Amino acid sequence: MAQHTRKGAQFQAVTANRLTDGVVVYLTADNTWSESLQDAEVAEGKEAGDALLARGQHFFEPGNLVLDVYLFEVEKTDKGIRASSVRETIRQAGPTIRRDLGKQAELEGVHE
Amino acid sequence: MYRYDEFDHRLVTERVEQFRGQVARRLSGELSEDEFKPLRLMNGVYLQLHAYMLRIAVPYGTLSSRQLRKLADIARKYDKGYGHFTTRQNLQLNWPALQDIPALLEELASVEMHCIQTSGNCIRNVTSDHYAGAAAGEVEDPRIVSEIIRQWSTFHPEFSFLPRKFKIAVSGTEHDRAAIKVHDIGIQILKNAAGEIGYEIWVGGGLGRTPMIGKKIGDFIRREDLLAYLEATLRVYNMQGRRDNLYKSRIKILVHEIGAGEMKKLVEEEFAEVKARGALQLPDIEVERIKAYFAAPAFETLPDATPELDAAIARDPKFADWVKASVTAHKQPGYAIVNISLKPIGKPPGDATSDQMDVVADVAEKYAFSEIRVAHEQNLCLANVRKKDLYEVWKALDAAELATPNVGLITDQIACPGLDYCNLANARSISIAERISERFADLKLQHDIGRLHINTSGCINACGHHHVGHIGILGVDKKGVEYYQVTLGGAADETAAVGDIVGPAFTEGEIVDAVDTIVKTYLGIRKEGEIFLDTYRRVGVEPFKEKLYAAH
Repeated sequence: MAQHTRKGAQFQAVTANRLTDGVVVYLTADNTWSESLQDAEVAEGKEAGDALLARGQHFFEPGNLVLDVYLFEVEKTDKGIRASSVRETIRQAGPTIRRDLGKQAELEGVHE
Repeated sequence: MYRYDEFDHRLVTERVEQFRGQVARRLSGELSEDEFKPLRLMNGVYLQLHAYMLRIAVPYGTLSSRQLRKLADIARKYDKGYGHFTTRQNLQLNWPALQDIPALLEELASVEMHCIQTSGNCIRNVTSDHYAGAAAGEVEDPRIVSEIIRQWSTFHPEFSFLPRKFKIAVSGTEHDRAAIKVHDIGIQILKNAAGEIGYEIWVGGGLGRTPMIGKKIGDFIRREDLLAYLEATLRVYNMQGRRDNLYKSRIKILVHEIGAGEMKKLVEEEFAEVKARGALQLPDIEVERIKAYFAAPAFETLPDATPELDAAIARDPKFADWVKASVTAHKQPGYAIVNISLKPIGKPPGDATSDQMDVVADVAEKYAFSEIRVAHEQNLCLANVRKKDLYEVWKALDAAELATPNVGLITDQIACPGLDYCNLANARSISIAERISERFADLKLQHDIGRLHINTSGCINACGHHHVGHIGILGVDKKGVEYYQVTLGGAADETAAVGDIVGPAFTEGEIVDAVDTIVKTYLGIRKEGEIFLDTYRRVGVEPFKEKLYAAH
């Protein structure tokens, strides 16, 4: 599996898949999981990243709400939070070859 | 077609109920993900990028109209109205919710289908020739032995925890359409001078990280001994295959490391022991029982010459193009084999919508004895169609965008789901295939190029069979950016070969032009009558390398 983040990443968010249906979700500042990356809490620096990941892991075990919890690199832009890698961009939006499916079909501004 | 007996029914029904309980316990938290993951994988449930993925077994690629309609219905009800046919003749649903899967499996069981043996380190769903029973020169319908192996291997206690997954393919004709030499075991059905049926056994083929062409270890295994011989081969692998290193755990590595001669010796020793114990002789009566399920359909006695077909071809050039690419000779006079392209220009290879599946099921019911095949090239096939019905078949398929006249041509590509869906992928493959398809959309150009197979995989696991594409494309990740490595000269048929890497990888922006350069180079140097692979085998990699990297 490709690396989701890198050592010197400045900004990171925490993602997972929802247990019941596998849908991609992001950890928010108020400890809920949102389907939109724009709602994600963004951690700056390694320590904040590690703390955010630990909070997310809690919802895997013992929380049992999500699985495959991990940190990934993001960028803060004028148009909102963006994933740095192609992989996370595809997870955030949906398959690039079926723009009618995935979050891009349901969530307004998912590409923003 | 094979119909379940009471044992099959009970086995599948019990498995659905067992999984229903496991899902409920997972959702309640009683089972952890670590405990649940191997259980869900044993039922074909993966977790991909956007959702869970369910891989539905289509044993040896044969479906009835009733089954295909159920698949269409399930894809509509529990998914997003489409499915993806794979290089192992299975169907994948990309978006099912875990909580719905027990109900989905119950519906599948109602048409004698399941997701067993589509994942995990067991003997996987057996694959075969999509022309089974219809091809001229066939020694025997390969689905008979495929079904026998299915029954023998399902939940086989000794072979449920092998070092790694294990794939078997069977071919009943000399021309190999099942890619048997790139399987863990490939079985070639033969007839000896006395007219008896037996099996040539190829072992240790495979793609993935370390591509290998299988080695022949059995020249003529007698029919009654087949299961004993397979048991011996599997047992040698189970004992000696590596469990310490995931990347060296397939049987191909064992065969490579000890050599084909030693493998043959070990298997023969084990085989002698199995036979000495008297176990696992395959009784004729059982073979005959299974064989009866695959008896030829009630063909009419027809002349092979079909004036109404000839007239339609002369009248309608669009139909003529389709016949040229999609229709193949049948062993029965007056009948034809129809290939249904799932490769419309600029669309994902192997995808079919629920509505399209319904159309194919209807057409099969009306014109093809209610039987559909899945080809490992990610197309569908109607194996037994009257030639005089071809025009009607084409009209029905064409109205559902199922008549792209490109089977066997450059736009008939194999591609895995890649980074658009797959958790293991490093790069996208479908989008590359789509762009190549658009680049070569002109049918006249496609015919000029001739038979050319482009296979694309989004990672080293090679679900897109890139190593055995005439042109192979492998997606790799370089610091979060997609690159594509090209191989040339691969083949999956009886002349199986692993392609040669042509040089440094291309960017996403460069790859389609690179394919274009390869094709133009071939067109410039080919000799009369050559297809791309012939030219490549004659001239080697250098002329292509020179053109591709001339500007670098």
